[in-house]
Amino acid sequence: MNSFKKNLLKKRYNAERRFQWYGKIAIGLALSFLAVFMFQIFSKGYSAFQKTWIVTEVHYDKELLLIDAESPSKDDLENADYYDVAYKAMTSLDPGLPEEEDRQLIQMVSYKYEAEVKDLLLKNPDYLGKIVPIKLTASDDVDQVHKGNYPRDIPEENRRVNDYQLQIYDMLNERGDILSEFNISFFTSPDSREAELAGIASSFMGTVFSILVCLAFSFPVAVLAAIYLEEFAPKNKFTDFIEVNINNLAAVPSIVFGLLGLGVLLAVFNLPRSTPLVGGITLSLMTLPTIIIAARASLKAVPPSIREAALAMGASNMQTTMHHTVPLSMPGTLSGTIIGLAQALGETAPLILIGMVAFVNTIPGTPVDPAASLPVQIYIWSESAERGFVEKVSACIMVLLAFLILMNLAAQIVRHKFEKKWS
Amino acid sequence: MNLVLVTFIILLAFTSYYFGRKKALVIQSSQRLTALPKFYGYYLAAWCAAPALIIFALWSVFEPSIVKTFILQDYTDQNLTKNELQLIYTKVKALAAGTYTGNITNFLDESANKYIQLKGIANSAKVAIILAILIFSLSFAYRSVQKNDRMREPVEIFLKWVLFVASLGAVLVTIGIVFSLLFEAIRFFQAVKIFDFIFGTHWYPAKTFVRDGQPDPELMKDAFGAVPLFAGTFFIAFIAMCVAIPIGLLSGIYLSEYAGRGIRKYAKPIIEILAGIPTVVYGFFAALTVGPFVKEIGNAMGLEVSAESALAAGAVMGVMIIPFISSLSDDVMTAVPQNLRDGSYAMGATKSETVKKVIFPAALPGIVGSILLAVSRAVGETMIVVMASGLAANLTMNPLESTSTITAQIVVILIGDQQFGDPKTQSAFALGISLFIVTLLLNVIALSVVKKYREKYE
Repeated sequence: MNSFKKNLLKKRYNAERRFQWYGKIAIGLALSFLAVFMFQIFSKGYSAFQKTWIVTEVHYDKELLLIDAESPSKDDLENADYYDVAYKAMTSLDPGLPEEEDRQLIQMVSYKYEAEVKDLLLKNPDYLGKIVPIKLTASDDVDQVHKGNYPRDIPEENRRVNDYQLQIYDMLNERGDILSEFNISFFTSPDSREAELAGIASSFMGTVFSILVCLAFSFPVAVLAAIYLEEFAPKNKFTDFIEVNINNLAAVPSIVFGLLGLGVLLAVFNLPRSTPLVGGITLSLMTLPTIIIAARASLKAVPPSIREAALAMGASNMQTTMHHTVPLSMPGTLSGTIIGLAQALGETAPLILIGMVAFVNTIPGTPVDPAASLPVQIYIWSESAERGFVEKVSACIMVLLAFLILMNLAAQIVRHKFEKKWS
Repeated sequence: MNLVLVTFIILLAFTSYYFGRKKALVIQSSQRLTALPKFYGYYLAAWCAAPALIIFALWSVFEPSIVKTFILQDYTDQNLTKNELQLIYTKVKALAAGTYTGNITNFLDESANKYIQLKGIANSAKVAIILAILIFSLSFAYRSVQKNDRMREPVEIFLKWVLFVASLGAVLVTIGIVFSLLFEAIRFFQAVKIFDFIFGTHWYPAKTFVRDGQPDPELMKDAFGAVPLFAGTFFIAFIAMCVAIPIGLLSGIYLSEYAGRGIRKYAKPIIEILAGIPTVVYGFFAALTVGPFVKEIGNAMGLEVSAESALAAGAVMGVMIIPFISSLSDDVMTAVPQNLRDGSYAMGATKSETVKKVIFPAALPGIVGSILLAVSRAVGETMIVVMASGLAANLTMNPLESTSTITAQIVVILIGDQQFGDPKTQSAFALGISLFIVTLLLNVIALSVVKKYREKYE
């Protein structure tokens, strides 16, 4: 072999190795995007599952509460004036502070601190007249300082927590009066303008209701349609048209469905705005083609021998389909449905258009109450300027991803556990 | 009221199912049955529920518009526009419901009374008609049960019709999309010339907002030029494809030609996770991490970069789209027949030469199809752009500036309360229909390319 040929061969082998490396790098890039992404979300979000409390002492002084009765009833406690008691509880942290500066202390706890003082007494009526320790929700700024997300070394005028508040915070922290506990209220309270109080309960319920409505509308229609197209439809132009239609519908951008919901469900049928009912119907129109396609594929996978056996035993076409083909195709259909619902779960744009982006600070009890949904909540919070919301968004994303992972696992389990293998 | 009626019909249907089955058992003692006893039940139940529910649905659809015409008849001599009439009707309805809080004129009061009256008449008429239909259809069905007619065939034909109607659902959705978009878009094009919309270069709908009154037509002409949006949409999609095509295609090639079974089994689903993450999550990621990152790098190189840049949005969108291209191209390349590969190896070609010269050209139509699907996906993507690339419609080709897209503008226009009849709101529907047409075209082309390709090797 002469050297020219040798060189050529070497070149070709090098090209081969290079090409393989390109492929490896591409896959590595794709995987590392995913890794970076997950890392970012988790490292930003995990702290939202901790809630910061400030511990102080409150004196439930009858005179300050304006309670006259000797043994006050529940109503008396309910109607008492808690302003002074709560105010004293906070200002007692630094008795030397002049009165006109007291806002600095009050601002260290959430604006609902008065209600928290009240709740503690309502829960323990025997605290009346006593001095007891109390946990108050720290404001989001203090919360962020405590979690170390807030730089302390920038100039005071650019900081939302001033030097005095930091000093008080350090003092409390040294005394062990800053508590960090699992943030239950993140899961149980509705949205709020204040980051420290905001929770995902309202949007979580909104999501659950939307998904249920979506399931109730899309699943029956899609399965029936799939049965017709796969088992009964004659081969003609109209059937072809329906098929092309379904395939194209699956690729229509989700925002167009939002326009449909707005233009038809809200404007023509006058359904209530901002509700999971409308959201669910809009999403069901979107998932319809996905489920139809999955259901048809799993009907198609049922071997013809099953049908032939049933027909040979004298069953009608309808009986063959309903008693044999459809039950056998159900695992595939169900897992396709769950995957379709998981897609619908992450949709944001159509829900924004039908008004599910409104600020809702109540927990919806029915599908016709105004609500947000988890992805919309992510959008709403990420538009807020407060630093406390950044970790809330990440935490909300973690909840949403957990939800999605659960649904996909369920789809996998349904498929592998119940599907019959024909071979 | 409606709920009670529907519940009643459904309960009656259940009862008639059990009644029919029982009746069949009675018949059995004297005659041979034509079908299983449950079919007698189904037969009665279907005749009970179907006609009544169909009439009920039709009635519910048409009643409001009929009542509306009756009410607005009194106002025809006042020469009011359509919007004013609509406003009056809304007022009348609110007054009748007791939720009206304006000053009440005599005329309005009269109309509200008339409205309540009409509603009452309509309701009792509805109940009467539905009861009559129930009695009629049930007695008809009962007679054929008594005669012991064939029962299975009619039930199965009915079921088949139910299946057929369900399969029309998908068609109905398409019709709904087209009509709801067209309806508002046509009204928009009555206010703004279609030429100004397609070729205008300034998009600034907020400036047409005028409280109470018609906006200046001159303003309208210059406010709804969609060219910046079309350009922005394709520009961001282009950036996304610049990221997604090389990475997606090379991963697809590696997965289909080089990777062993183990790698393929795990790497493919993991890459597909990228497509399953909700877009709003990508949007947050783009706005919070990638945007500032791009800005920092740009600033370090002495470039002026806005925090909301087309580059950040496009790049993140590209990452989202990688699995569309990698999975689909992996599938089409795996589908290329083995004998083409064997032929190439037999000629002494290396693996990469085989991929580049034989497999890739053979799979090209399928790959082009998958890329087109990915483009259509990128064009329709909303949340990433809304959150990461700003909302001002700049006509620019600089990836470091912020641009806006069709989808993002739809969201911007329609977020919050909308007023139907306002050209700004209608413009969103005009944008929607252009988006629908573009994605539909891309999709049709992609599907037909893929289909042709499949036929070639099957």
